Order: sequence, then C-alpha cells, then structure tokens
Amino acid sequence: MNATVSQLDEIKTEPWSGGKSPFNVEYGKLMMWFFLVSDAFTFSAFLIYYGAQRFTQVSWPDPDLVFQSIPGIADHGYPLVFVGLMTFILIMSSVTMVLAVEAGHRMAKKEVAVWMIWTILGGLTFLGCQAAEWSHLHHEGYWWGSIPEFYKGVDTVGATQFANLFFTITGFHGFHVFSGVVINIIIFFMTLGNSFEKRGSYLMVEKVGLYWHFVDLVWVFVFTFFYLV
Amino acid sequence: MSGVSTHDSTAVHHDDHGHEHHKETFISKYVFSQDHKMIAKQFLITGIVMAVIAMLLSLLFRIQLAWPDKDFPLLEAFLGKWAEGGRISPDFYLALITIHGTIMVFFVLTAGLSGTFSNLLIPLQIGARDMASPFVNMLSYWFFFIACVIMMSSFFVQTGPASSGWTVYPPLSALPTAIAGSGLGMTLWLISMVLFVASSLMGALNYVSTVLNMRTKGMDLWKMPLTIWAFFLTAILGILSFPVLVSGVVLLIFDRSFGTSFYLSDIVLNGNILPNEGGSPILWQHLFWFLGHPEVYIVILPALGITSEVIATNARKPIFGYHAMVYSLIGIAVLSFIVWGHHMFITGMNPFLGGVFMITTLIIAVPSAVKTFNYLATLWRGNLRFTPAMLFAVGLVSFFISGGLTGIFLGNAALDINLHDTYFVVAHFHLVMGSAAIFGMLSGVYHWFPKMFGRMMDEKLGYLHFWLTFIGAYLVFFPMHFMGIDGVPRRYYAFTEFEFMQQWLTVNVFITWAAIISALAQVAFLWNFFHSMYYGKKTVQNPWDSNTLEWTAPVEHYHGNWIGEIPSVYRWPYDYSKPGHNEDFIPQTTPFSETMSSNLPHDFEGNAEAERIQAEWLIQNP
Repeated sequence: MNATVSQLDEIKTEPWSGGKSPFNVEYGKLMMWFFLVSDAFTFSAFLIYYGAQRFTQVSWPDPDLVFQSIPGIADHGYPLVFVGLMTFILIMSSVTMVLAVEAGHRMAKKEVAVWMIWTILGGLTFLGCQAAEWSHLHHEGYWWGSIPEFYKGVDTVGATQFANLFFTITGFHGFHVFSGVVINIIIFFMTLGNSFEKRGSYLMVEKVGLYWHFVDLVWVFVFTFFYLV
Repeated sequence: MSGVSTHDSTAVHHDDHGHEHHKETFISKYVFSQDHKMIAKQFLITGIVMAVIAMLLSLLFRIQLAWPDKDFPLLEAFLGKWAEGGRISPDFYLALITIHGTIMVFFVLTAGLSGTFSNLLIPLQIGARDMASPFVNMLSYWFFFIACVIMMSSFFVQTGPASSGWTVYPPLSALPTAIAGSGLGMTLWLISMVLFVASSLMGALNYVSTVLNMRTKGMDLWKMPLTIWAFFLTAILGILSFPVLVSGVVLLIFDRSFGTSFYLSDIVLNGNILPNEGGSPILWQHLFWFLGHPEVYIVILPALGITSEVIATNARKPIFGYHAMVYSLIGIAVLSFIVWGHHMFITGMNPFLGGVFMITTLIIAVPSAVKTFNYLATLWRGNLRFTPAMLFAVGLVSFFISGGLTGIFLGNAALDINLHDTYFVVAHFHLVMGSAAIFGMLSGVYHWFPKMFGRMMDEKLGYLHFWLTFIGAYLVFFPMHFMGIDGVPRRYYAFTEFEFMQQWLTVNVFITWAAIISALAQVAFLWNFFHSMYYGKKTVQNPWDSNTLEWTAPVEHYHGNWIGEIPSVYRWPYDYSKPGHNEDFIPQTTPFSETMSSNLPHDFEGNAEAERIQAEWLIQNP
C-alpha cells in the first residue's frame, strides 16, 4: 500500500465519529440523565392521573383551607406558610448542593464536606417537616381512604380522592428525598474517606447533585399541583 | 489478559472495577459475572427455561380447550386440586393464561431477547470492551432472576397465581378477594414486576450509554449495524415506558392494601356494596397501555434488527434501504407512544379519541411496510444461503406480514366493535409479535451460537426445528382468525355452554394437536442447543463470512473482547458482494486502501481528496 492511497483510510474525528463520547460526558453521568428522564415519566404519570381525577370530580378541597396550620405553633389561619417554608428549605438545599459541586471542581475536600452536610441537613429538615405535616393532617382525619368528618354531607368523593392522591404522591416524592439523603450521606463519607481525592475527581458529587436537583424540581411540580392550583 | 484497560476508547475515564486481575473463581466467572458475554448467556438460558415453562402452561390450557369433557388423571397427579378429577379448574385456567402471557411478553421476549442480544452484541458490534457499567449490568441480570423466581413461586401458593390476564385489569387485580388469583398470587405478580422493571431499566440505561459513548474509532451512527440501531431504540422505549407502569402499579398496590379508590368505583363484591367511589379502571388501562403498546415494540424491534443482520449476511447482499430501515425503526419507536388507545376502543373511552388513535395506529403500517418490503428486496436475487438462522429470519418476515395485515383490521375503531376480545385478536398478536419475535430470537440464537459458545449448532436438527415450528405456528394461529370473526371470545374456559361456539370444538382439537407437535419440535432445539454447547463442531472465527465487528474478536472469550487494540471501523457493515472485490464480503475493519478495485465514490462521504485519489488509481489500473 503506498502513501497516497493510505489517505483514503483517514478516520474522521468529529464528535459522533466514534472513539469518544459525543457529548464529552462520562458514562455514569449519561446514565444518570437517562434515569432522570425515566423517573420524570413516573412522576408525570402520577400527576396526569391527578389531573384526570381532579377534572372528573364535582368538587375538590381548597388547599388554602386544608393546609393552613403550622405544626406546633398554630392550628389554622396561616395558609401555605408551612409548606412555603418546606419548599424554601428544599430549594436552599439545592443551592448548597451546587456549592458542593463547585467546591468539587476546585478539589476542595473540606468545602465539599461542609456543603454536603448542609445539603443533608436541608433534606432531613424537609423530611421532618413533611412528617409533621402528615401527622397533623392525619390527626385532622385525612389518610388513605379517609377524610375528616366535616366533609360529610357535602361531596365526599373529591375530598377522598384528594387525600388518596396527596399521601401517595407526596409519599412517593418523600421516598425519593429519603433515598437522596441516604445517597448524600454516602457521598459525604466517601468525601471524608478521600475516595474522590484518590480518583482525582469529584464527578460523583456532580452525579448525585443531578439527582438531588431533579428531586427538587419534581417537588416544585407536586407543590404547584397540590398546594397552589 | 491482565493490564487490559477496558474503556480506553473513551476520552473520559471510567472506573475500571473488576479489570485489574484477581483470579477468576467459579462464582465470579459463572454466577456474579460482570462480563457482558456471560451475562448474555445467563439471560438466554434463563429466558429459554422460562419459555419452556410458558409453553407447557399453554399446552395445559390447550388440553382443556380441546377436550373440556374429558378427564386426564395425570393432570390431577401433578396439579392436585387445581385439576380435580383430572380437569383443569376454571380458576386455574385463568391463572394459566395470565402467567403464560406474562412470562412470554416480559420474561422471554423482553428480558430473554433484549437481555441476551443487547448484552452480547452491543459491545462486540460497536467495538467496546464491555458495557458502560459492567456492575449495573450484573445487577440487571440478578434482579431479573429474582423476578423470575418470585413469579414462579406464585405456583406454590394455595390460592394460585395471578389470574386477571397479563394486563391485570382492575377490579379483578385490585380487590384481593375478587377471585382466587386476586390474592397472594396477584401480590407476588406485582412484586415480581417491580423487580423486573428495575432490571430492565438498569439494562436499558447501560445499552443506551454504551451505544452513545463507547463506539470504536470510525463507528459513527450510520456505520452501526441495524441490530445496534434496533437495540438502542428498544432501550429508549424501555426507559420511557416502563416507569409509567411503575406509577400504575404503585397506585394498584395502594388500592389493594391501603383502602384507596384509584381504580375502583361502584363495586358489588360477593353481594356487598363496597365503599370505593371516584376511581376508574379505565385510568389503569391508560397507564398500562402507555407501557403496554411500546412494550410490543420492545418485543419486536430487536427481532427485526436481528433479522436485518441475518438476512443481509445470508443473502450476501447489502441490506436494501439501510437508511430507510433506520428511519422506519425510529418511526415505529416514536409512533408506539401515541397509539395505546387502540387497546381501549370499546372500554367507554371517548369515541372521538378512538378516531385519533385509529389514525395514529394505521400510520404504523407505513414504517412496518417499509421494513417488510426492504427485507423482500434484500432477498430478491440474492445468493441465498439457507442456514437455520436464515430460515428463522425469513419465517419472521412471513409472520410479520400475515400478522401485520390483521393489525389493519384491528386498528379500526369500528371493526373493533366486532373483533375486540375475540380469537381474532389472539391470532393477530400471536403471529405478529409472538411468533415473529420468537423466530427473531431463535434466528439470533442459531446465528450467534458460535460467538457465544465457540461451537456450531447442528444444521439438520435446525431445519427440523424450523419446519415443524413454522408450520405448527400457522396451524395453531391461523384457524383462530375464523373463530374470532365468528365472535368466539378469548379467555373462555370451555366452549360447551354456548350453542354457536360448539361447532368450533373440533377446530380446538385440531389446534391443540398442532400445538403439541410444535411443542415437541422444541425438543429438537433444546437438544441441539445444550448438546452443541459441549459437543458441537468447533467454529472458526467468522463462520458466516460476516462483516460486523464481533467476528473479528477471537473465538475464545476474553473479558475485554479483543486482545490488544480495539479494531477501527472504516466502512458500513453491509459491503456484501461488492462489485470489483475478490470476495463476497468486506469486513468493517478493512480499510479502503486495501479494496481499491471495489471502492465507489460515495464510500468517501464527500471527501474530495479521497475521491480524487481513487479516480487517479482507476486511471492507472484500468
């Protein structure tokens, strides 16, 4: 084979020509993104079911009336204050997560650990608030398949479906937050144990961060559907 | 083999777990293996075992349908009170059809088919050392295995397995006391399916990331074999549709165990009026079929991909319309998400919506027909080699046509008033996705057996297996069309109670005998498969004179596939019988400089310099 002819065999080096990742993204991050797309479909299915139910029922409880307590402080009169606080805490934990990822880019181990602690605390506080809100609602008579006495005589079907959906969907979301907190704790200890120092990259923090932001984003939708509209 | 880094083809580092070489033990090699080739075999053998079980279940209910008034004491010996007096009980009959459908659709044709061939072929055909995450890949198999065990364990429960059909429609599935199978059996079904979804999700994430990230140098998307395109799109369908089933299942679990009414309203159970109000079983159907319809494409697309590869190789011709084949795969994949309503035409869904779903459904005929015509055009005047794999691939085309045509009837909302829930539907999907997908899978097994086990399967037994199965499947399913047109409903336990159905009893006897013969034909396959694994003729590296990358890897298996560097790719995978070349195939790894006599201008993808060199060479070597 002579030199001129061998020019025919030149392999292109464009992003999609093989031999490298077209998005310049490591496989684990790609898998995380696809997983999030998948999980988004799970939540979409829930919320579409919710929409279908809400439009079918004659009446639907007014969120301003259902959620007007601040557990431990006031039983009524403060619509959406408590859930607003919860939402704020969760969003703040996303901010601290961003800071952890950013510190990871600088290979600043200590800062990563500190911001991870804040993120974990934010997640735990959110879960605690959710538990408080659930127990308050349960105390009032809401639960899977049950509603407070004062609905009797009016349309009870809408209220029951509201309760069913509220506990199921916020529960499913809470389960996601819980898994996120567990993963965050693992990452925190891996940071302390120098796992990422040795690997030379804090990419893992970034991947977990993606999940955490997703969980936050889902809450924004859940919050909108159950508390605002 | 130590020191081979498995992911050196990607720019960004992967963690290399498992590749700095500790010694391979039995456990790490055969049980908790992270090698994609071993995981593929695990999926295949588990899939085959599940397929045999599902086939035996189908024989049991076929016996009941053919001889509803006859006693078979042997059945009682095996099944105890589920076949008291030697007759399958009505409850158990429903369990049989439910579990037969569940196993075939999910465990054989989803996990068995995708799990086997995506795992085996994706790394080997795109030129990667293993999957993106071998560890997640291993988890995927073991979740699948546990799902299989749990599904089968429901046969050891007193009330029997789930019985509300493979679509587990509420209220039968939502009320534990509705029928025998609604109890523990249904709970086990749900647990098994959750694990199954986790397994298929882990598998699919791996397949997609591997195809996107780990193609070898030169393997751009338009140089990928159609198998890879099919597996890639199948994985995307799985990622987008299975999570919706999870939502549906979660709501169903709450209905069963927490007193909610997501799918329940206005129910009288055993004379008691239930308090549930407000829910709707149709909502389950929407969620289920949003998975369920893409699911049938998850079943058929890999089979179509395998067929493309096998037909091109054995017709010694480039696949006809490669780009059209890819676009039709994409078309089918996209359309599969907007047609689910055709499963629900007569459920009380808004008829206007039915019209919309009818239109989207009928559009699927277009890409499907493109594929069919391309198969036929590839076969047209090819140098056909009738290997068993080729026969099964052609068999798929046959079933895809005859089953696909009835899809056009069923996709019509008006005709569906007559045809829904009759044997016409049974005939349709058993041909178009059942038999066709199984034939694609078998075709793949015969074709890639040498790659998996380093030995050849016996051809004569392969031919016997093919002809008996092919004729048998038509004899089983073809008569069902006529029963369906006559209005005979599916899922009925016995035809003896209805005047108009009695004339079909003799046809049932005929179908059952055909089913028994086709089932016996599978013995030829099982013998061939397991015997050849150990005693088959040793294979050469490229037994079918094929172009794709997997045949450039050594026959012996290495965790890492190629010794030394991964080969680069220069051309598309279908350079068969290229004019001017001395052989009738040119592997993807052969550079153009070695095939000067056969290069064509369009091979160079618009590279003017290369075209000029080629033109000059042609002038110098007339």
